[in-house]
Amino acid sequence: METLITIVLDGLQYSSYLFIVSVGLTVIFGVMKILNVTHASFFTWGAYTAAFFIGKFSEMGWPDAFGFVIIFASAAVVGLVLGLLIERGLLRHMYERDEVLIVLATFGLFLMLEDLILLVFGVNPYFAYQPMALLESVEVGGITRDVYGLTLIGLAALVALACWYGQNRTKWGKLLIAVIYDREMSEAMGINVTVVYVVTFVIGAVLGALGGAYIAPTVSVTPGFGVDVIVLSFAVVVIGGMGSIPGALIGSILVGLLRALAVHKLPEIELFVVFAVMAIVLVFRPEGLFAPAKPRKI
Amino acid sequence: MQKAITSNRIGTMLAAAAMSVAAVAATGAQAKDAIKIAVPAFLSGGAAGPFGVPARNGAEIVIDAINKGTLPAPYNTKGFAGATASVDFIDESGGSTKQVAEYRNLVQKRGMDVVIGYISSGSCVALAPVIEELKTLTVLATCGTPRIFEDHSWKYTFRTMGHATSDNVAAALYVASDLPDVNTYTGINQNYAWGQDSWRDFDLTMQQVKPSSKASDKLQFPKIFAGQYGTEISALSLDKSDLVHSSFWGGDLEAFIFQGAARGLYKKKKVVLTVGGTASYRLGKKMPDGVVLGARGPYGILVRDRKTALNEWFINTYKNRYGTYPSGPAYQYGQAVLATKIAFDKAAAAAGGYPTQDQVIDAFTGMEFESFSTTVKMALGKGHQAITENGYGITKYDSEEGEPGVTDVKFFPAECVMPPEGVSSVDWIKGGMKGAKC
Repeated sequence: METLITIVLDGLQYSSYLFIVSVGLTVIFGVMKILNVTHASFFTWGAYTAAFFIGKFSEMGWPDAFGFVIIFASAAVVGLVLGLLIERGLLRHMYERDEVLIVLATFGLFLMLEDLILLVFGVNPYFAYQPMALLESVEVGGITRDVYGLTLIGLAALVALACWYGQNRTKWGKLLIAVIYDREMSEAMGINVTVVYVVTFVIGAVLGALGGAYIAPTVSVTPGFGVDVIVLSFAVVVIGGMGSIPGALIGSILVGLLRALAVHKLPEIELFVVFAVMAIVLVFRPEGLFAPAKPRKI
Repeated sequence: MQKAITSNRIGTMLAAAAMSVAAVAATGAQAKDAIKIAVPAFLSGGAAGPFGVPARNGAEIVIDAINKGTLPAPYNTKGFAGATASVDFIDESGGSTKQVAEYRNLVQKRGMDVVIGYISSGSCVALAPVIEELKTLTVLATCGTPRIFEDHSWKYTFRTMGHATSDNVAAALYVASDLPDVNTYTGINQNYAWGQDSWRDFDLTMQQVKPSSKASDKLQFPKIFAGQYGTEISALSLDKSDLVHSSFWGGDLEAFIFQGAARGLYKKKKVVLTVGGTASYRLGKKMPDGVVLGARGPYGILVRDRKTALNEWFINTYKNRYGTYPSGPAYQYGQAVLATKIAFDKAAAAAGGYPTQDQVIDAFTGMEFESFSTTVKMALGKGHQAITENGYGITKYDSEEGEPGVTDVKFFPAECVMPPEGVSSVDWIKGGMKGAKC
């Protein structure tokens, strides 16, 4: 029983981490049809900004709880600044181009942003342990768990709820769905698609940065540490269906739980299991588990 | 008349040609003002902070001191066989393919006389054949895989520190002698050659030095640079083993320490970190007490209290310049530079002038010297692979001094933790570590 509780909690914690990062990726793809490689940069820049300022404010004697404010502020600022710069500065000039070209452009930009991190933050890793240390630990299922890690599950639930509510219960969500299904028709009906694109891209960027900023207190923030996360996020998005928010949620839970099961019961297949799930899903449902239906244009 | 003039001209030309040939032949014995040294180390990426930057700094202070002749005696002569070194620090990140291309560039286009460095075993394995092809003296400083000299013989390649086998043999010996309550053990190591080999050597040695001990059947080999180890830490916590072995390094090591500390892993289990020394100064108070800490040899925090002139010079010079104590990679790179100077000076003394590269290689082969913190013997790999003592201690933060420390430090002799010449590490351990002088 202890092992089962641990596997479920470990799985949910890892799923939450994956979901927060991958939901931004899938939102951007769903609306804009862009496979955005710079999403890894949002994650990394969010982590660096949060870790840098948590360290600075801690040195200045600010209370550790202020670290939580920094985390959310870092995500918002990084997402807003980078999101606007990238969408307005690069992507808007490429919407009519081939999708492969846009992927290559975002990949190039990702490499540039990685180098820019070295120039801005240097090569030394950053530590921002204060928020994690503040929340201490609890005993669950016979082992010690850090409360900070458990709050990740709550944060992911909030993000999922906000995404669901925003998409299904607001006017903005209806506009978004319209653009997802048919950009030209939406434009003809008077929807300002440019604004929808900008807002969507910024929201996706903020979510990517939030993933990095929230995870920063648990890791050593080093150059290039966002690359692996983004590879996993791509797997999650492919499993769930590209552009589907429920798909990203289910994909994250599936990957997180199966990975936790493998680590506890058969660690040798831990690396294999994530991509095996992706391969199986692609064989039987090439469009992913929850890909949005595509209207047939005549 | 014309004939005589022609004969004189021919004689003059022949004499000039003969003198030129003699001059060229004698070049090897003439003084040389400068040599060019390249020092590759990770200057970007996750390994830069814990490894690359201290490694670079360690090399820098030693090269500067050699150029000025300010190293402690007996190494207080100026230069490498009198030649002043100009140094280029190169970024090792980007993978082994890039390193091979970069090495060719360094030697063939930029005319480096010596290359000293390399942290990654991947870099070292990929470069060894290229070094031989380009015939340039190269001193490997930190990379750990035993395969370099166990699988091949090389002329131009040297390694001036012990390889990974000594780290894990010493770890097992320490556990067997100082932690008698440990009867079961498990491991978390990165899923590539370094992690797999480290676990193999530790496990094999444990079976030799404490046959009653038992390894867990659920070993963790997460992907390198995974960063998130929450699930693995849960699995380790639930595992009934008394001890956890890890050869994690860089950002992975620091993340594992943070996440494990928050989860109480270091209170619940004994944990051996074979490369933990690289994190101790960086983490300070955040490094948990009670961890069995290695530094990949007698370096860094393990030798901070060794009162020799060379060690005190190294620690004080490093601390004054960079504001922190030198960690293992700083020592290892400093040691590689020092070994190169000693080989140059020794060869020059034998040649009676500036030595040729072959004379330096002859002097280097099988050399024994006092380094900053230990005695180094080039005893394996036909005189190209060093052996040194290796040790471990238990972390204990010194609140009075406000700095990390270690207690119960124990060193094992070089001949105790490294195989004899001509025997592979695995065969040596499996065969009961015959000839080990502990």
